[in-house]
Amino acid sequence: MSRFRPPAWFVLLLPAIIILAAVVLIPLILSFYSSFTPYKLTRPETLYKWIGTFNYEKAMKSVHFWSAFGRTVLLLTVALNLEMLLGLGLALLVNKVTYGQRALRTIMMFPMMFSPVLVGFQFKFIFNDNVGLVNNALQSLGLTDRAIPWLVDGQLAFFSIVVAEMWSSTAVFAILILAGLFAVPRDPIEAAKVDGCTPWQSFRHITLPYVMPFIYIALAIRSLDVARAYDIVQIMTNGGPARRTELLWTLIGRTGYVDAKMGYANAMGYISIFLAIIFTVYFFRKLNAARSELGMAG
Amino acid sequence: MAQVQLQNVVKKYGAVEVVHGINLEIADNEFVVLVGPSGCGKSTTLRMIAGLEAISGGDISIGDRVVNDLPPRHRNISMVFQNYALYPHMTVRENLGFSLQIAKRPQAEIDKAVDEAAQILSLAEYMDRKPGALSGGQRQRVAMGRAIVRHPEVFLFDEPLSNLDAKLRTQMRTEIKKLHQKVKSTIVYVTHDQVEAMTLADRIVIMRDGHIEQVGTPLEVFETPANTFVATFIGSPPMNLLSGQIAGGEVAIDGGPKVTLPDQFAGKVQDGQKVILGFRADNLMPEGHAMPMEGASAEFEMVVNLSEPLGTETLLFGSLAGKEVQAKMLNPRPVADGERLQFQLDLTRCHLFDAETQQSLR
Ligand SMILES: Nc1ncnc2c1ncn2[C@@H]1O[C@H](COP(=O)(O)OP(=O)(O)OP(=O)(O)O)[C@@H](O)[C@H]1O
Ligand SMILES: [Mg+2]
Repeated sequence: MSRFRPPAWFVLLLPAIIILAAVVLIPLILSFYSSFTPYKLTRPETLYKWIGTFNYEKAMKSVHFWSAFGRTVLLLTVALNLEMLLGLGLALLVNKVTYGQRALRTIMMFPMMFSPVLVGFQFKFIFNDNVGLVNNALQSLGLTDRAIPWLVDGQLAFFSIVVAEMWSSTAVFAILILAGLFAVPRDPIEAAKVDGCTPWQSFRHITLPYVMPFIYIALAIRSLDVARAYDIVQIMTNGGPARRTELLWTLIGRTGYVDAKMGYANAMGYISIFLAIIFTVYFFRKLNAARSELGMAG
Repeated sequence: MAQVQLQNVVKKYGAVEVVHGINLEIADNEFVVLVGPSGCGKSTTLRMIAGLEAISGGDISIGDRVVNDLPPRHRNISMVFQNYALYPHMTVRENLGFSLQIAKRPQAEIDKAVDEAAQILSLAEYMDRKPGALSGGQRQRVAMGRAIVRHPEVFLFDEPLSNLDAKLRTQMRTEIKKLHQKVKSTIVYVTHDQVEAMTLADRIVIMRDGHIEQVGTPLEVFETPANTFVATFIGSPPMNLLSGQIAGGEVAIDGGPKVTLPDQFAGKVQDGQKVILGFRADNLMPEGHAMPMEGASAEFEMVVNLSEPLGTETLLFGSLAGKEVQAKMLNPRPVADGERLQFQLDLTRCHLFDAETQQSLR
């Protein structure tokens, strides 16, 4: 009697395969499947009703979804660019410091140690129109006598969120770019000086190409971060008022858990994952281009 | 016109002084080589001329301008760095043209200058490669090309050949010499290889511990070293140095033979003065295997401990008064280790140094 004996490598990998299937694959398949059903958390039997791409079509036609999508892209673009410029500036300054640089680097990382939820609460307080620090400061300085509705006005609320994002994450750029600056060799910079470069030209033509790969790594990491931004916004404005600061994931969270429309929420989730993937692929392309520019790519 | 002048130039790093007030005048179109052992301040001096290192005292001028506080870009110099320092993200063509690009010259002029440099240095094949895809020698030539496209007033070379193999080094040495004949300009060249110094230089500057020990043409420093340091540093094998004392018309080598005081030192020494007698291996030869010596010569016996046949001549390592002494043998025959030979010393080519100051008594 011959029994089927699986190959040894398969047996050895089996525990890993089972665990991965249980925690990654099955939820993934389940959520993907549920995006093709009208699944509502309150009515479990709806999970077995197939409605094809209805949820996707609904999302595609939804003004709310697209405005949240657009706002997320806008936040991503604005926050990332500002953080990048600020982080670059910060890194350049810190790089010049000779005494106490270690301490400075540690201090620079403090915002990254805060939970985003706390950052949300902190800035919710700072921008509060009655008791907030900003309004109090502005009024004490006599710059205004009104209470500016930082978190209520749509544009101001967006601005406040950008500020909170920048506060918590500019350090990511600063640290990574600083690592890049440390890696810039001294010789080509000196050669550039002799070749007639002003300090700005040396930076532009020599330092920046060296730092570019680091900037792209930071951009890739942060674009994923911002594309799934949820906590800060959830705490500060809860996507409101009246959806004025609604981002993709606050919208999806609300649809899934408040409105209990899980199937629809999952469909929107899958669409937004594309957004994240596109940005990541884009930045990694740029990264590789920048690296091969330096002769670093294999 | 681009003469370079250093007046009492001092360099301090914090409290440590590494260049102690050196004076040097380099004429227009002159090829000057700075040599000296590692750490003597050659690179520091060169970098101060380039403006990459601030000076702590004194004056540096290029042409008629004092350039102490001028940044490198205003000094009209080119520098070739020890490890090339090419721009890794630019092609060879871009590397060569970079300085002109920065100076916003018209593209046609840049192309012409770059092609010309590529021609001189046979780089035409590699123009579109990045430095990462070049061999050491090719990178070296790019670094040199980058320096020459600008037609600077002064070239500064910091050990440009130290990373090359022996053959390529000889080849590039010739290239540099040709280059200097072709593009007339002032060159300051740093090396610790005395052969490079001898072959390239119009004048050699020998440095030690942040001081200049001697400045002179290759022949001058070879034939009339100012002190024992220069005597041993320049020339290969290094000059033999034996301590002794003046006694009557003779130099009594401590624990060794007496040799007649060479004529050129008559009247320059006192009886009883402690001296160091110096002579090169080329001037000490075994009898029957020596060049005919026209002037005065001395003779003594010496045991040969070791011989190194070099083909046309043999290098002999003997010991005299307990010190190792090197000699040369022409038309060589095999020499057994431990053989005792009669040697002839050419007195006209001997040197005497004061034992205390180590300075030449000439
Ligand atoms: N940044 C610095 N801080 C302190 N001392 C330094 C610094 N740079 C160089 N020195 C010292 O200055 C001295 C001269 O250095 P330099 O680089 O000019 O030597 P060099 O003659 O070029 O030697 P090499 O042949 O090894 O290149 C050395 O003793 C070195 O230790
Ligand atoms: Mg050096």
